[in-house]
Amino acid sequence: MRTVIYIVIGIFFGITMYKSEAASWFRIYEMFRFESFHMYGIIGTALFVGTATTFIIKRFNIKSFYGAPIKFVPKDKGFKSYLFGGVIFGLGWALVGACPGPMYTLLGAGFSPIIIVIIAALLGTLLYGLFKENLPH
Amino acid sequence: MNFIQEPWPWYISGFAIAMIMLLLQLLGKKFGMSSNLKTICTICGAGKQTDFFKFDWKTHRWNLYVVFGAIIGGYIAAHFMSNDNTVLINPNTITHLKTIGFESAGTAYLPTELFGIHSFSDLKTLFLLFVGGLFVGFGARYANGCTSGHAISGLSNLQRPSLIAVIGFFIGGLVMTHLLFPLIF
Repeated sequence: MRTVIYIVIGIFFGITMYKSEAASWFRIYEMFRFESFHMYGIIGTALFVGTATTFIIKRFNIKSFYGAPIKFVPKDKGFKSYLFGGVIFGLGWALVGACPGPMYTLLGAGFSPIIIVIIAALLGTLLYGLFKENLPH
Repeated sequence: MNFIQEPWPWYISGFAIAMIMLLLQLLGKKFGMSSNLKTICTICGAGKQTDFFKFDWKTHRWNLYVVFGAIIGGYIAAHFMSNDNTVLINPNTITHLKTIGFESAGTAYLPTELFGIHSFSDLKTLFLLFVGGLFVGFGARYANGCTSGHAISGLSNLQRPSLIAVIGFFIGGLVMTHLLFPLIF
């Protein structure tokens, strides 16, 4: 049953990414050229609503569907890893126009070359795991 | 139901993303898509190489169900929910893209120059897709999150590290778009 719920959420997410055009390389390119409000509107709305729901959950101690408290784990303190990792991620994001969610949506939509991006992203994740200790954090 | 077939406006899309995050929170999980890459590495046996991948992937199985759904969702949206897959970006962006060789700008969902069927036989395209993917995967793990985990979940929870990461995303994206693209294309 839980499996079905997650798959349905994924389907909703995939449809949203495709129909919002957030999965389109063109929209990402346009965003980084500041030539449209579209992507900023999407992120801004999600943030506005998300900040409100996060605040409400915390303020009123709203429980999960299973009755457990909802925990918000603070991100580890740090600076370098967030900045350096973020810059590397941004370089890739602008080049292939897809982040780790939409790349799967594009695979489903039938853009087969995206499989190269997905495989490379897995390799990139593996490389990080292997060289983690040698990187500034 | 006509609006379903059209591209969704930003306020519907942004609201939908926030609802997805809320649903996952109410299920006791969190919204962060790049974790699935780590989970898949672990399933493939990366735990034998380094401790970073040593964790019980079964507790993260839900992540893969979401990914599976995202693939199906992409199929449904592209094949049954869109009359026209063209992305109507700013005409100035289209004009600019044409000057750097992206003739498909304004006529497609993704540039055929990068995601067309010839991509598999063109070395430069293969290289670009590979390097881009590598950076996305490496950077997301190094920064401990991607667009969903930092720009949406993290910032919604007013996390300073997420703000640093998002600033990083934009530095990288701007450097690629404005400084490197003219050299690449």
